[in-house]
Amino acid sequence: MAVISYIEAINRAMREEMERDERVFILGEDVGKRGGVFKATEGLHEQFGDERVMDTPLAESAIAGVGIGAAMYGMIPVAEIQFADFILPAVNQIVSEAAKLRYRSNNDWTCPITIRAPYGGGVHGALYHSQSIEAIFASQPGLKIVMPSTPSDALGLLKAAIRDPDPVLFFEHKRAYRLLKEEVADDQDVIEIGKANRVLEGEDITVITYGLCVEFAKQAAEELKETGVSTELIDLRCVYPLDKETIIEASKKTGKVLLITEDNKEGSIISEVAAIVGEECLFDLDAPITRLAAPNVPAMPYAPPLEKAFMVDQEKIKSAMLKLAQF
Amino acid sequence: MIKTITMPQLGESVTEGTISQWLIKKGDVVELYQPLLEVMTDKVNAEVPSSFSGQVETLLVEEGETVAVGTEICTIVVEGEAPTGRDDNNNDATVASETQTEEVDSNASPRLSPVVMRLAQEHQVPLDKVKGTGSGRRITKKDIQAYLSQTEHPVKVESVPTESEPDIAKSKWTKKEKPKPSFTADHEIPVTGIRKAIAENMVRSTTEIPHAWMMIEVDVTNLVNYRNAEKEAFKASEGYNLSYFAFFLNAVAKALKKFPQLNSSWQGDKIVQHKDINLSIAVGNDTELYVPVIKNVDEKSIKGIAKEVHVLAHKARHGQLSKADMEDGTFTMNNTGTFGSVQSMGVINYPQAAILQVESIVKRPVIINDMFAARDMVNLCLSLDHRILDGVICGKFMSHVKEILENISGDTTPIY
Repeated sequence: MAVISYIEAINRAMREEMERDERVFILGEDVGKRGGVFKATEGLHEQFGDERVMDTPLAESAIAGVGIGAAMYGMIPVAEIQFADFILPAVNQIVSEAAKLRYRSNNDWTCPITIRAPYGGGVHGALYHSQSIEAIFASQPGLKIVMPSTPSDALGLLKAAIRDPDPVLFFEHKRAYRLLKEEVADDQDVIEIGKANRVLEGEDITVITYGLCVEFAKQAAEELKETGVSTELIDLRCVYPLDKETIIEASKKTGKVLLITEDNKEGSIISEVAAIVGEECLFDLDAPITRLAAPNVPAMPYAPPLEKAFMVDQEKIKSAMLKLAQF
Repeated sequence: MIKTITMPQLGESVTEGTISQWLIKKGDVVELYQPLLEVMTDKVNAEVPSSFSGQVETLLVEEGETVAVGTEICTIVVEGEAPTGRDDNNNDATVASETQTEEVDSNASPRLSPVVMRLAQEHQVPLDKVKGTGSGRRITKKDIQAYLSQTEHPVKVESVPTESEPDIAKSKWTKKEKPKPSFTADHEIPVTGIRKAIAENMVRSTTEIPHAWMMIEVDVTNLVNYRNAEKEAFKASEGYNLSYFAFFLNAVAKALKKFPQLNSSWQGDKIVQHKDINLSIAVGNDTELYVPVIKNVDEKSIKGIAKEVHVLAHKARHGQLSKADMEDGTFTMNNTGTFGSVQSMGVINYPQAAILQVESIVKRPVIINDMFAARDMVNLCLSLDHRILDGVICGKFMSHVKEILENISGDTTPIY
C-alpha cells in the first residue's frame, strides 16, 4: 500500500503488464529515453530495452497503424499519442481498421491494441493541448473508451485495457496526472471495463460524470452534504459503450439528474446519457435532465479568465447541484 | 405594504457583515437609493442604499451587531403599491414577504413532474394536501414520499415492473383500489414477484374470458386396475411413480388431436388453432403456483409423460423452472384430485381456450345392468372460453376423453 499519483499508477500498470506478458510493448513519440513528455513511460525503456519501448516519428497515423498491424500479428501494443488533440490524423486507422477488424473478419481476427492519450484542459495549454476528444469516437461500435478518475482506477482499468482482446482508447486527464494522489493497494485488481462506479450514495440528486470532473463533483458533494443535500455520484469510467443499467438505476433513484462533462456541450458523451435517461426514466423524473458542460466554442481559450470561464470546475458544479436540489 | 431590507453580500467570499452605523432612524422617510446604514466586513466598508421609497418601520439589528448575509435588518412601509404579487425587480437585498409568496402560489397552476404525477396516481394522493418544498413551492418527489409516510398509506415506492418480470401487460382492467387502513396486529405481505404475476393473470383471465363450465363422470375402474398392476414394477425399474395423471394427460392429448378446436387460443381478432399439443400442468406449493409445459404430449408414451411430470414437479418445488419450461402451453390440466377435491371450477390459463380439472378417484356404488357395482369413479371438470368454444363441441370432446379412459388397458395404452 503506497500513496501514488495518477501518472505513477499508469506507469505502474504498463510496467506490471510488460513484466507479466512479453508480448506487451510500447510505441509513441518520445516514450523511450525521454520517458514521455509527461513521464508516463519513465524507466520503462531502461528496464525493457529498445525493442519493447519504441520511439516513433511524429506521425500519429503510423503509430496507430503500426500498432494495429502488430496486434494482428499477435503482439499487444500500447500506443501513446502525446496529446489527445493530435489523435485526429490516426482516426482513419482507429475507426476504419481497429474498430472494425473483428466484425470484418467474422471473428477470425482481433485487434488488442490500447491507445493512451492525455486529454483535458485547465492547464493553460490552449487550443492544441487541452481538448476533450472522446465524443469523436463515441459512436463507433467496436471501440471501447475508458477515462479513469482516480489513481486506483487508472491502474486497474489500464491493465484491463491492455488485456482486452479488442481496441481500447484510454484517455488520461493531464491535469489529474500530478493532482490526484491516493493509496493504491499493492495487489490492486484489474477493473472490469464497461461498468460504471458508484462513488457516493445519496438521495436528493444524481450526478453522472467521468474523468477529472468526478473529483470536482465529489468535493462539491461533500460541501453540499453540510447543507443537507445528499448526492448519488456515478463515475462512468467507460464512456463508450455506456453502462446503461447503472445510469438508469441511479437516475430513477432520485429523479433529479445532473450530467457533467468538460467537453463542449453539443453531441457530447453526456448528451447520449441524457437520451438514455429520457428514454428510460420519464416517469421517475422529478426535474428536467440537466447538463453542465463547456460552452460551444471551437477550442480552449488561452487567456486565463476565458479558460476559467470555459472550464467546468468545483464551484460551477456545486451551484448546478444546489440549483437542481432546490428545484 | 411592508418591504424588508436584508444584509447584502459585499464581495464574493463574504458571508457576514457588521453594522457599524445606522444613517436613519425609525419613522424616517427615505428615498430610493438613499443610504440606510454603513456595513463593515473583513473586506470592505460600505453604505447600503435603500431599495425602496417609504417610511422606515423598524430597525431589526443594533449597531455593532454582526449578522449573516441575507438576514433581515430593517423594514420599510412602502405606500401606493398594491400587493399585486408581482416579483420586484429589486436587488438581492429584497426578500418578498411570506404573505406575498402565498398569494402568488394560490393563483399559479401547479407544475407537476412526471414522477410526482405517477406517484400521485398510484397512491391516490390529493395533491392539494401535499406541501411543496421545491422552487416556486413545487411539489417534489420527496414531498409526496413524505406525505405518504405520514398518512400511513402502505408505501410502495419503487414498483416499476422490470423487463425481466413475466410478460404481463399492465392490465387496464385491474382497478386500483384505495389501500385499506391496516390494523396493527395484522401481518402485511407485500405483493411482489410470482404472487403479483399470479394475481394479474387471474384477474385478467376472469375479467376478460367469459367462462362456462361442464363436468362429466368417468368410470376409471379399468385404469385403476391396470395402474395398480404395473406401478410396483414401474417404480422399481424407473425410480419414480407411475401416476394416474400421466394417463389423463395421454387421454386428453389424444382427444385434443381429434378436437383441435379446444387446442387453441384467443388472439383478439382471430382464434389460433395450435398444431402442437403442449399441455400446461398446474404445479404448486404453499405460496406459489406454476404452470410448466409438457411439449408434444401426443407423441409421448405414458412413461415419457410420467417422467416429465416428475421432473417438472421437482423443478417447481425447488424453484428451478426456467422460462423455457413455462412457454408455449396450448391447454392446461390441473390435478385437483391430489388434495381430495371432487369438483372445481378452474380459471383458464390465458390466452388458452380451456382448462381441465382431474378430480379425486373415488370408489362409489354404480348401477350397471340394473345391478349395483363398486366402481372407481372420477369427475372431470372443464372450464371453457365461451368466445372460442360452445357446449356441443366441448361435450363431444369430453365424451371422447371418457371413452378413451374407460377403455384403458395394456392393449390400448401401453406404458412404454
